[in-house]
Amino acid sequence: MEWDASIWSVVVAVLGGAIRIGTPFIFVSLGECLTEKSGRINLGLEGNLIMGAMVAYATAYLTGSPWLGVLAAGFSGLLLGLIHALLCQHPRVNDMAVGIAMMLFGTGVAFFLGKPYIQPQAPHLPSLALGDWSSSPTVQAALNINALFFFGIACVFIMHWFLNNARWGLTVRVTGESTNAALALGINIRRVRLLSTMAGGFLASVGGSYLSLYYPGSWSEGLSSGQGLMAVVLVIFARWNPIHCLYASLLFGGAAALGPALQSVGVTWGYYLFNAAPYVLTLVIMIVTSSAKQTLPGMPAEFAK
Amino acid sequence: MLRALEAIAISLGALLVSGILVALFIVATGNAPGEVFYSIYRGAFGNWFSWQNTLVRAAPLMLTALCTAIPARLGLIVIGGEGAMVVGGLAAAIVGIHLQTWGPWFVLPSMLVTGCITGGLLVALAGALRHYRGVNETISSLLLNYIAIAVLMFLVVGPLKDPATMNKPSTYSIGEQNMMGALGDSAIHWGLAFGVVTCLVLWVLARYTAVGFAADVIGGNARAARLVGLPVGKLLIGACLIGGAAAGMAGVIEVAAVHGRANASLNAGYGYAGILIAFLARHNPIAIIPFAILLGGIRASGGLLQRAHDLPDATVLVIQGIIFIVILAADMVYGKFGLFKPREAN
Repeated sequence: MEWDASIWSVVVAVLGGAIRIGTPFIFVSLGECLTEKSGRINLGLEGNLIMGAMVAYATAYLTGSPWLGVLAAGFSGLLLGLIHALLCQHPRVNDMAVGIAMMLFGTGVAFFLGKPYIQPQAPHLPSLALGDWSSSPTVQAALNINALFFFGIACVFIMHWFLNNARWGLTVRVTGESTNAALALGINIRRVRLLSTMAGGFLASVGGSYLSLYYPGSWSEGLSSGQGLMAVVLVIFARWNPIHCLYASLLFGGAAALGPALQSVGVTWGYYLFNAAPYVLTLVIMIVTSSAKQTLPGMPAEFAK
Repeated sequence: MLRALEAIAISLGALLVSGILVALFIVATGNAPGEVFYSIYRGAFGNWFSWQNTLVRAAPLMLTALCTAIPARLGLIVIGGEGAMVVGGLAAAIVGIHLQTWGPWFVLPSMLVTGCITGGLLVALAGALRHYRGVNETISSLLLNYIAIAVLMFLVVGPLKDPATMNKPSTYSIGEQNMMGALGDSAIHWGLAFGVVTCLVLWVLARYTAVGFAADVIGGNARAARLVGLPVGKLLIGACLIGGAAAGMAGVIEVAAVHGRANASLNAGYGYAGILIAFLARHNPIAIIPFAILLGGIRASGGLLQRAHDLPDATVLVIQGIIFIVILAADMVYGKFGLFKPREAN
C-alpha cells in the first residue's frame, strides 16, 4: 500500500515537474527553432537565458512588476541576438564558435551586473492554482501552473502557424532551405537571419525570466544548469517542429524531475545519473537517426552545410 | 611567413580592440581603466607570486585548448574539453586510489596513462560518431560533457565518496606521497611542464610531419583529401583522440598536483576557456602557450580586482567574453591587408 502511494507520488511529481521545469525549455527551444529555420545556429542561448534571468529579476525588483521584468528580459535577449547575427553575417566567421563566445559573454555580463541583486527579493510571476479540488498537497503543487507556461503554449501554436501559413514564416523557411531560392525570390537573406536570430534571442531570454521570477524563483549565479545549451539539442530532438518542441520540452522537464521525485520518496541511489538521462537519451537518438550520407529529416538544408 | 605575420598582426590587433572595449566597459562601471589595467598586470605578472599564480592557471588551459585546437585543424569544432578533463581526472583518481601503495614512480605514470586514454576516448567517440554516423561533433561533445559531469558527481557523492570530505564531496585521496611535486622551490607544479611540452610536441607533429600535413589538407578540403587517398576517418578520430588525451591530462594534473582527489573542481570551466584560447591561437599549438599564460593571468588577477577596485569576480568572465567575440570578429579582416599579400609574379 505504501509502495503504491510512493509510485503515485513520483508519477505526479514527474508530471508536475514536466510543466514546472519544462517551461523554460519551451521558450529556448522555440527560439532556437526559429533561428535554425532561417538557416543559422545559435549555440549561445545559454547566455540569453542567464542574462534574461538577471535582467528580469533586477527589473522586477526595481519596478515591482514581474511582467515588466519579462519584457525587459526579452529585450536583453534581442540585443544579444543582434550581436550574434551581426557577427555571423560574415561568411568567414564560424557561427558555432560565435555561439560559445556569446554564451561566455552573456554569462559574464549577467554575473557582473547581477551581483547587487543576489540578496533582495523580487516579486514573483503569478500562477494559477488548478489543483484546489484535490486534498493532496502533491497534486496541488503539481497543478500550480505559472502564467508563463500558458504563454509558452500560445507561442508554440503561433510559431507553428507562422512557419506554415504566414508569408514571413515561409520567407524564413525558404531562407533556411535554400539561399539560392531565397535570392531568386529577392529575399534579403541577411535581414531574415538577423530578425530570426533576434526574435529567437528574445524568446530564450523570456525563458530565463521564468527561472528567476518563478522557479527556482531567485537570482543566483548557479541558477541555470545548462538549459540554454540544451536548446540546440531539444530542437534536433523535435525535428525543427514547434509542436514537437513543446513535447520535447515537457519530456526533458519530466526527466529532470525524476531524480528529485525519487529522492523525495527515499530512492537516493543514482540521483546524478538520473540527471544525465536526457543527455544520454538525446545522444542515443542522434546516433540512431543520423546518417553519414544524409541529413536529419526536417533539418533546414542550408543549416546542414 | 607572410601568413604567419598576418595571423600575429591580426591577433594582436584583436587584443588591442578588445582592450579598448574592456576599457569602455570599465569606464561604464565607474572605474578608471588605467588603474584597472595596471591592477590586472600586477595581479597577473607584477611579481614572482603573481607569476606563479598565473602559470598554475595556465597549465590546464594549455591542455584543454589543445582539445579544441587539434581537431579544429581538420575542420571539426569540438567543445568536449570540459568532459575530457572531468573523465581524465576521475579515471586518474580511481587508479591512484587503488594503486596507492605501489609507490609514486608507478602510480603517477599509471594515472597519467589512464587519464589521457579516458579523456581521449571520450572525444574520439565524438569524432567517430561524426565520421561514421554524421552526428554533429559540437553537439555530441557538448552532450558528452554533461554526461561526464553527471558520472563524476554520481561517483563523488556516491560509491567513491570519502566520508571525511563533508563540505565538498570528494573521492578518497590518492595519498600525499603520490602527488605531483612542485618545480624547484616554487609553488608551480609539474603540470606546467606537461602543458608546455605537450604543446611543443604537437606543434612539431602538426608542422613538420606527414601526419600533420595530411591533417591540414583535410582541414582545407576534406573531399580533396579523400580523393588523394588520405585516411580521413582515421585522422579525424586520431586528432580527436589526441585532443581529448590532452584535456584528460589536464584532469590528471588537477587531481595529482592540486587536490589529491577528484571532486567538482574538475568541472571549473577550464574546458570552455580552452575553446577561447584555441581560437585566439588560431589552432596553432605553439601559439597556445602565450595565450594560455595571458588568459591564466587575467583569471589570476580576479582576486586583486575584487580587493582593489571592488569589482566582482565576474569581471574576468566579461573580459574573456569580450576578447572571444573580438577575436572571432577579426576573422572578417583576413586577407584584407595588401601588406600581407604575397607579391604576384610578373
